[in-house]
Amino acid sequence: MQNGNTEKIWELLNTVPDPEIPVISVVELGVIRNVEYINKTYLISITPTYSGCPAVKTFQDDIKICLSENGIDNFEIKLVYSPAWTTDWMSNSTKEKLTKYGISPPSDKIICPQCKSTSTSLVSEFSSTACKSFHKCNECLEPFEHFKCI
Amino acid sequence: MSLLNYTLRIADSSLISGQRLAEWCSNAHTLEEDIALSNIALDLFGQANILLEYASDLDGKKTADDFAFKRNEREFFNLKLTEQPNGHFGDTIVKLFLFSSFNFLFYNKLSQSKNENLSAFAFKSLKEVKYHLKHSKSWIVRLGDGTKESNKKVQESLNSMWEFTGEFFEMDEIDIELNKKGIGVNNKSLKEDWNNIINTTILESKLKRPEDGYMQTGSKNGLHTEHLGHLLSEMQYLQRAYPNAKW
Repeated sequence: MQNGNTEKIWELLNTVPDPEIPVISVVELGVIRNVEYINKTYLISITPTYSGCPAVKTFQDDIKICLSENGIDNFEIKLVYSPAWTTDWMSNSTKEKLTKYGISPPSDKIICPQCKSTSTSLVSEFSSTACKSFHKCNECLEPFEHFKCI
Repeated sequence: MSLLNYTLRIADSSLISGQRLAEWCSNAHTLEEDIALSNIALDLFGQANILLEYASDLDGKKTADDFAFKRNEREFFNLKLTEQPNGHFGDTIVKLFLFSSFNFLFYNKLSQSKNENLSAFAFKSLKEVKYHLKHSKSWIVRLGDGTKESNKKVQESLNSMWEFTGEFFEMDEIDIELNKKGIGVNNKSLKEDWNNIINTTILESKLKRPEDGYMQTGSKNGLHTEHLGHLLSEMQYLQRAYPNAKW
């Protein structure tokens, strides 16, 4: 497919899961910033969530595999840092998916993804990945992760 | 050339600070703190990588990995504070707090740089550094306003690291040149806000602000304490033992 249909590229990218939170795609995470068609090449601009996010390399590879499997080889991936990634780019439907998966989505109000209680306490400002903090629900006592707002 | 040097100074401080914090991995007193310090190290490595990639573009020959693994002590420009050994947990937290409080103000100004690479880098890093500052400050307060023993230890840490804070505000000819061009930061102008952060935290944590005495200097010219060489010998071991190894 070499006809410059960027819509199709977006569709394919939307099937590439985030390597660490596989219920959402890299598009839903907001790391795909732009897809352009220049000089018969698709230029895909991506941005990391955190500077040191180790998933960046993985999702670059996953994107390459996905596009190659769909017969697209005329593409380049470019890393951009501005504007800096923000959790504001996540849609409400993406946040719902995170909640169902057991992660409290980015919001000023931290809600337990299990029992929906707002009575929670912080266990640690850092969790399994740089983008999340670790909390405990005071009602159902389940531990859970929260996607930090940045 | 000035821009390359300026970029390396910022990159090196992040890289060396990250390497020191990574030494805590599997050694911290709780699992949560172990993960916290490793996560902060990861942010710092990421920040260093962004700038070393940019340095590689400016240089035209060396790669980001060449800059990290194939330079000697005298070719590194990190702040002397960042290369100091980890010591006990209080020493590490004081170092992280001093470094983060400076970087918070420095990146805030650098995000307004006319150089798009540096401003994008600074804007992104600022979000991360705010969190490092919050975390280290909460520990300073907890330790300072904790027990008699924790207060004594963290006060000693603060006293011994204080001489490395003078470098934050130094301006040499490269800094002055780039500041005039609207690219670099006037570090001297950060002093007042830095004093405010430090004084507020010190008051809250029942510590005493150390007297300004002898201040270390020299890292802008590649002069370091003996600790950097030992750190590099570990960090660069693989590239030294197996030159150009790839994985």
